Amino acid sequence: MLQWIAEWFRSLYETTGLNFTIFYDPYDAKQFIAGIGMTIYLSVVSILISIVIGVIGAWLQMSRFALVRGVIEVFVVIFRNTPPLVQIFFFYFGLGALLPSSYNDIGLREPLLTNVQWAIVSLSLFAGAFNIEIFRSGIQAVPRTTIEAAEALGYTQLGAYRYVVLPLALRVCLPALNNNLVNLLKTTTLAYAIAVPETLYASAQIWAQSQNVTEMMCVLLAVFVLLVGVLVWIMHRWERALRIPGFGR
Amino acid sequence: MKTGTPGKTTDLPVLLDVAQIAPKNIRLPRLRLWHGVALFGAVLLFSSIAGAQTGPAEASPIAVIFKWMPLLLRGFLFNLLLSVLSMALGTILGVPLGLMQLSNLRTLRACAWAFTQFFRNAPWLVLLFFAMYLVPYQFELGGVIVPFPDWVKAVIGFALPVMANVAEIVRGAVQSLPGGQWEAAESLAFTRRQTMWMIILPQCLQRMLPPWMNVYSIITMSTVLASIVGINEMLTLTAQVHNAEGGRPDLLAPLYGFALLCFFIYCYPINLWTVRLERRFHVKS
Repeated sequence: MLQWIAEWFRSLYETTGLNFTIFYDPYDAKQFIAGIGMTIYLSVVSILISIVIGVIGAWLQMSRFALVRGVIEVFVVIFRNTPPLVQIFFFYFGLGALLPSSYNDIGLREPLLTNVQWAIVSLSLFAGAFNIEIFRSGIQAVPRTTIEAAEALGYTQLGAYRYVVLPLALRVCLPALNNNLVNLLKTTTLAYAIAVPETLYASAQIWAQSQNVTEMMCVLLAVFVLLVGVLVWIMHRWERALRIPGFGR
Repeated sequence: MKTGTPGKTTDLPVLLDVAQIAPKNIRLPRLRLWHGVALFGAVLLFSSIAGAQTGPAEASPIAVIFKWMPLLLRGFLFNLLLSVLSMALGTILGVPLGLMQLSNLRTLRACAWAFTQFFRNAPWLVLLFFAMYLVPYQFELGGVIVPFPDWVKAVIGFALPVMANVAEIVRGAVQSLPGGQWEAAESLAFTRRQTMWMIILPQCLQRMLPPWMNVYSIITMSTVLASIVGINEMLTLTAQVHNAEGGRPDLLAPLYGFALLCFFIYCYPINLWTVRLERRFHVKS
């Protein structure tokens, strides 16, 4: 089957000049698949971390201390109103240069965090700032009386948040969260700028070697439309699974 | 003992009505511009201390930024120009696309929908590459050669996602109007086109403004992507300034911090204004 696909694309190239190297050149194929793997890895890790940031940040925003609330607010406002690419550069080049680094056996500088890790850090913070806002709006949709009822049943403040407020809030803010996570998946392409070998980077390498910009562009767009489609499908499944009959809008 | 808020109780107080809480939950942040400036100052101070340890001969980061500020700000103005042009182009293309999604013709509607979804779900950077590589560098129009410099191609690249987002805004706004408006217009013998232009769209303008401004803010922040495809805008200039100053690693954080600050000062007021309009018009973007 694979052999047949490879042959078909090779003959397509010979007859029409449409050069889809990734389907018959094993080197290009490996590079491209590794790129998709890196995109998925970046997205999944950043999505998980950003959700954790969102949950903790939204909880801290209900804090009694004005200072804690102020810090979270500054964080959200700054990350929402500055370009994600500049954030990535600021973290990777700016902070990366200030952090201590070690030197390996042959004397090359080994930074504390690699470019992949910095990409995850900045993408998570970027999406996390949006998630804090999203979760906050969800939490505010839970009425005060429900929390009081939980307190009356002997829940601690954290317990009420964990077992009562959060499950309800999550269901309210899932559509907005869905939107933000799709956005995060699309933002992972920015990691290209700091040479993280994700899909766009792999494609750029392939079209530089094989001179097939148009074909790779089409494949690239198709891959991202597919990835976004899968993410949206998973989120809708999750939304349906979480649905409580008679609850919600 | 805490007391619950009086009034506004429903039969089953599991969840407040979303429409009821919507105006309340958007709270104007108490932050002002000077918070950002103060934070930036703190970053600068911190990095100038770090710089002071390396030796007295090197200029402090603040001095470097002041020295190059005219150049960097010119780059920033170019970013703003890119954002305004691509927003204009995207809106001009997006409004008809949004209206096509509301067409009575099933095929036209489906095509417009697929087109919009495609450009909405593709990453902005990929679309930018798409425009940079696949738009020719010149067109021949009736014997006259129209050159297409890189920055025009970048405007096209940014206008594509703007177009799709504006189309969604238009569609959403028209569909959010109550159907009674259409029926009332029909009973007054308006044609479909007249209803759309004279009754529906004027009412939608207000609803479309906040999300449209949101898109503008996003496109402004995305113009820095142009530096990846080799256009001389602020981020490219920042890297060049860093090289011109001898590539000192301690300069990178202040320089990129300055870029962050510029965008923050521009985008944050837009964001505040959007939130205020949303509250006034009672719409959720």
